[in-house]
Amino acid sequence: MTIALQYTNITVNDVDEAIAFYGDALGLQVQNDVASGGYRWVTLGSDAQPGLGIVLSVPHAGRSQADGDTLQELLTKGVLPMLVFRSDDVDRTFETLRAAGAEVLQEPMDQGWGPRDCAFRDPSGNMVRISQAPPAPPS
Amino acid sequence: MRAQELANLAHLRRARDLIDRDFARPLDVPTMAAKALMSPAHFSRLFRAAYGETPYSYLMTRRIERAMALLRAGTSVTDACMEVGCTSLGSFSSRFTEIVGETPTAYRRREHAAVQAMPTCISKARTRPVRASSRIREATPEASS
Repeated sequence: MTIALQYTNITVNDVDEAIAFYGDALGLQVQNDVASGGYRWVTLGSDAQPGLGIVLSVPHAGRSQADGDTLQELLTKGVLPMLVFRSDDVDRTFETLRAAGAEVLQEPMDQGWGPRDCAFRDPSGNMVRISQAPPAPPS
Repeated sequence: MRAQELANLAHLRRARDLIDRDFARPLDVPTMAAKALMSPAHFSRLFRAAYGETPYSYLMTRRIERAMALLRAGTSVTDACMEVGCTSLGSFSSRFTEIVGETPTAYRRREHAAVQAMPTCISKARTRPVRASSRIREATPEASS
């Protein structure tokens, strides 16, 4: 039996603004764009991890007004759980995102607990960390 | 939620990120408030409503958290105080004692074997001090039953 993550969700305040960050700047590709009931669910993915879809939607999509309000407040306050991506060149990914105008939380640095990493806020307030991938084993 | 309230929350978040990033530098409430594009009094009130403690209290909690790590690693109390951005040893010590429940000297002298066995990213989260007055805390068994 195998088990793998297939979809994960990121709540954002504005889907198009999020596509500019996660797609154009970070380099994920848009795989699907589904509209329903006035809301959109946009799936992004990466060739480096085929089979994993990252779904963007706004806080009120598929939720009551009250639940959407609560989620939007937590999102904007910046207290939702962070996302951690992995890059084979964290310094270059950092420069690309910074050049695109992303909000820098931390420049690339070697952490005491392991990998080199950097951190941003996405345009909605999610914390996005990017870790250096370990070098590929010699073949 | 109104657009203005959301805009305020985003400004507060940026000020909180500034504290997390620059806590070891001289940082005062007017500087944080400027980051949030608000007057200091208005900023302090909204920050507390959003995050459960005042901006100054959040800054000091962050500094004490870092000082705890330095003290566990053997840094002297004076050096730890200066390194986290506090300029007065007296107010550092009293704030530390208030938050941690023991003096920095006593904390430094004590065994920290369990914490040292953890990866630093875990110990950082596990030893993060929580203020008794904070509204952000675990539910008590009575409250959840």
